[in-house]
Amino acid sequence: MTSSTRPAISQEQGAASSTILATGHVRGSRVVSNQEMCTMIDSTPEWIEQRTGITSRRWATAEETPRSMAAEAGRRALTKLDLTGDQVDAVICATVSHHRPSPSLAAYVAHDLGAFSAAAFDVNAACAGFCYSLTLADSLIRSGAATRVLVIGVEKLSEMINLADRGTAFLFSDGAGAAVVGPSSTVGVGPAVWGTASDKVETIEIEDWTEVASHPELNHPLIAMDGRAVYKWAMTTVTAKASEAIARAGISPADLDVFIPHQANDRITDALVRHLKLPDSVTVCRDIADMGNTSAASIPIAIDRMLDRGEIHSGDLALIIGFGAGLVFAGQVIVIP
Amino acid sequence: MADNTKTLADIADIVNDITGVDQAEVTPEKSFIDDLDVDSLSMVEIVYACEERFGIEIPDDKSKDLKTVGDAIDFINAAQA
Repeated sequence: MTSSTRPAISQEQGAASSTILATGHVRGSRVVSNQEMCTMIDSTPEWIEQRTGITSRRWATAEETPRSMAAEAGRRALTKLDLTGDQVDAVICATVSHHRPSPSLAAYVAHDLGAFSAAAFDVNAACAGFCYSLTLADSLIRSGAATRVLVIGVEKLSEMINLADRGTAFLFSDGAGAAVVGPSSTVGVGPAVWGTASDKVETIEIEDWTEVASHPELNHPLIAMDGRAVYKWAMTTVTAKASEAIARAGISPADLDVFIPHQANDRITDALVRHLKLPDSVTVCRDIADMGNTSAASIPIAIDRMLDRGEIHSGDLALIIGFGAGLVFAGQVIVIP
Repeated sequence: MADNTKTLADIADIVNDITGVDQAEVTPEKSFIDDLDVDSLSMVEIVYACEERFGIEIPDDKSKDLKTVGDAIDFINAAQA
């Protein structure tokens, strides 16, 4: 066949816009207070609270796995819409806690939810994982590649805590947050401002599995982080990217109802609010206080919990921004479901 | 000497702004961490605010050497010279 007689491939177009239709979450069932944390590390409850805003965190039990937590969070989000798994055509899991190179966690979760024909894959973008995945979901829907996408951020970081590091051990926590994303006649997911400060790639790292051989009793690779460097980067670059996300959405800071940054550390949230010069009218998410830092899961968990507590309402405009190991960042303005 | 007075006043403003410590407490012999009770994250903010205020760059490895207010004044004056 010559090129002149070859038929042209047809292209498809999806919905004009997408939106988050519903959220769901699950938290590790074990409450670990700062007092208990201080039986494991050399610190004081007051010191931890003052440096992080955290008073307690949630650790998953042995039975609560990334797979079980992700599936449950997904189920809760779908149930709110009276949807079943087979009505989802893509499942994206954002996680750094799935320790099997293949298959993806999303494939297991798709199976558990009965999403038998859905596209399923994982995204490794650390604490920006949810925002990266939401960006993908929005693009899939607008391209026509998918109609309904289940995005789940899930982590079991308690397994990777370095108890010898009294600067980070108290931060991390376990849980899953899910969002069902679908087509919409109005824009529910604004333009993403995303990227990677790859010159800082070593600022936050999880060990290679081969390094576990040096501490076999711990079973898992451990998290290492230069907190000061992350703080400075968040204060400068992440602030600038957050401002850009607001501008790209075509709104001004005063139009925002709520700011939900990745719940890394309440001091970082304070710095972001201060440097963004957000007006007092904007509700600031402080979900970290009794939840800790759940990396890719922190934003969807926070959205769902803030809805449960009545701190935010359907239709509110929210700025979300994730940032973490890479150093990756992604932020967008969204409409609260 | 006049330079030092101005630099000290600016640093005192920055420390006050970020930590609430009274400007009068901020004197050259004071240690940020031991005397002024500045924690490590606030120190990052102070260093960044100094970079902005004085139009200089303070590399991370140098910022860890700025133990006292006097150390900061010396560094800033040298960087501006």
